[in-house]
Amino acid sequence: MHVPTMAEFLASGEQPDILFWVGCAGSFDQRAQKITKAFVTILNKVGIKYAILGKEEMCTGDPARRSGNEFMFQMMAYQNIQILNGYNIKKIVTACPHCFNVLKNEYPELGGNYEVIHHATFLQQLIDEGKVRMTDTGGFKGKKITYHDSCYLGRANDIYEAPRKVLEAMDVALVEMKRCRSNGLCCGAGGAQMFKEEEKGDTRINIERSDEALSTGAKVIAAACPFCNTMLTDGVKNREKENEVEVLDIAELVALSLGN
Amino acid sequence: MQYIQQAAFLILAAYSIWLFRSNILQIKKNIFLGREEDLSDQSSLRWRNVVLLALGQKKMFRNPTVAIMHFIIYAGFIIINIEVLEIILDGITGWHRIFLTPLGSLYSLLINFFELLAVGVIGVCIIFFARRNILKLKRFMSKDLDGWPRSDANYILIAEIILMSLFLIMNASDRALQIQGNEHYHETGNFIVSGIIAPLFKNFSSAQLIAIERSCWWLHIVGIFAFLNYLPYSKHLHIMLAFPNAYYSRLEASGKMHNMQNVQNEVKYMMQPELAPTGDAQPMKFGAKDVMDLSWKSLLDAYSCTECGRCSTACPANQTGKLLSPRKIMMDTRDRLQEVGENIKKNGEFKDDGKTLLNDYISVEELRACTTCNACVQECPVSINPLDIILELRRSLIMEDSNAPQEWNAMFGNIENNFAPWKLSPDDRDKWTEDLKN
Repeated sequence: MHVPTMAEFLASGEQPDILFWVGCAGSFDQRAQKITKAFVTILNKVGIKYAILGKEEMCTGDPARRSGNEFMFQMMAYQNIQILNGYNIKKIVTACPHCFNVLKNEYPELGGNYEVIHHATFLQQLIDEGKVRMTDTGGFKGKKITYHDSCYLGRANDIYEAPRKVLEAMDVALVEMKRCRSNGLCCGAGGAQMFKEEEKGDTRINIERSDEALSTGAKVIAAACPFCNTMLTDGVKNREKENEVEVLDIAELVALSLGN
Repeated sequence: MQYIQQAAFLILAAYSIWLFRSNILQIKKNIFLGREEDLSDQSSLRWRNVVLLALGQKKMFRNPTVAIMHFIIYAGFIIINIEVLEIILDGITGWHRIFLTPLGSLYSLLINFFELLAVGVIGVCIIFFARRNILKLKRFMSKDLDGWPRSDANYILIAEIILMSLFLIMNASDRALQIQGNEHYHETGNFIVSGIIAPLFKNFSSAQLIAIERSCWWLHIVGIFAFLNYLPYSKHLHIMLAFPNAYYSRLEASGKMHNMQNVQNEVKYMMQPELAPTGDAQPMKFGAKDVMDLSWKSLLDAYSCTECGRCSTACPANQTGKLLSPRKIMMDTRDRLQEVGENIKKNGEFKDDGKTLLNDYISVEELRACTTCNACVQECPVSINPLDIILELRRSLIMEDSNAPQEWNAMFGNIENNFAPWKLSPDDRDKWTEDLKN
């Protein structure tokens, strides 16, 4: 499979339908790369005309801004917007809620206006339009699965149902944690916490959250954010449950259910 | 005697209203010490928030049992104020039950309703008092509330119980006087609650009953005037400020951070020097170190906070034992703002007192624990945004004080040099595509 870049599209004089914004985690983190690969597998299978920025993509500046470094955020935003506008991008899909939030809510006032869609919503649309047909190749039918709400998808942008609809399309037995939807507990990674040691406390946030997920008895913890995924995977490992319980992104769940 | 009572009432009413007004003006002045922020757009959506969030208490209904109890107190408080209007008019005119004749049968319907509400308020206040002092709910036991804030909450509940009891006893003694045939006390018939209490007074002399009735009347109205002037010093100010706070609450996605136009411009001039204005650059301030650097909305937030602690209960950092408590952020902001306001009042302008909100009230460790998850913002029943304050203080820490943990400095370096928060080569950004080639 070849993953086309914007530069290639430009050279051929064509324009893709969507830009897939991969994000730093999706590009560099080994676990998150699997989510990226799953998502492009779906795009490829459905036959969507998409492209990535490749080496031209840069950090959106989210962790810089939320840690307090506005200068660095503005530098990154400036450069990204130059590139995105240079390619005349209209529609962006991303698998990272943090990138999604910045691109959707924070770039417009800096001159970057795009239709920005998170992959949970995008996948739901593909399912609704019948472009993605779920089979049970993943063996998720009737399986106990819980969904962890990402803060930047849920509270920050009011997207609670799209990822759940994707799971419903697989006929999974969705079990909710007590703290779900707008009451959902953070995984502990947001606000640039991913890049530093947690402050002193009684327990780690990701352990508190993954314990709650484990207590549902779910065999799969579904997430829709690469950072949540890392945090919850660490939490599951901490309880030595990694052989019984998987932490999977909804894109991975869909990719596994596409049939052979 | 009658005229002395009327004069005393007028003086008391005028003084307490004047005092209340000057306290509220001081609070308004303090709020406008904050940075300007235009929140006047989309007025229909804003009014909708006032109706749903303030009047309808929509967020309270995330916990329906508590919401209903709170609503009883709130409705009691607002509706019984109609009765207070009568009390005030009686006080001024020297009349007794001035609304009785004009309202006719509607009058007893209203008073019956007020009496039922009064019983409801007493009941709920007792339950709320028990939740704080006997059941000791976790969010009320937090050390955020040590000292005055915990007493404040109890004083309010006790005051409400006393005020409502006075209202009921006043009506009961009034009824007892009617039964004895005292002319000044017009026949009203039995009201639903005081009618049950009235027979207990049957052996009291007329003079005793008048003393009881007058004492209740005076204590009730003095209590209300005292309560009015207690509000500006109390968490209970939320009964007023919840309304403007809902109106001015932010309407955009809660994940969006405030843009810093000055930094945006700086970066633009750096990238495109031809756009830079000529002449010396103005000195800039980044983020917030003290209350004056915060938006006026954050300061209105601080005065609107009723210290219920729903924010801190939902906060992932607080739940896992970190120092951060969004409620404390709001309480600190109000305390510091009060201090700054008094400083200005005393000195004519703000005289440096060697203190700032950052460090002297809110510590770096608290700020560093925030995951920006918006749970506190989501929870707040009166539309307070503690996250705004946290993020503005964080900006000051990083951009004014260069105060960042080592790991964040490394992350900044990586973003600058590798365009990603990790120390990995930008050339490898699309390396994952190679694995898909076969």
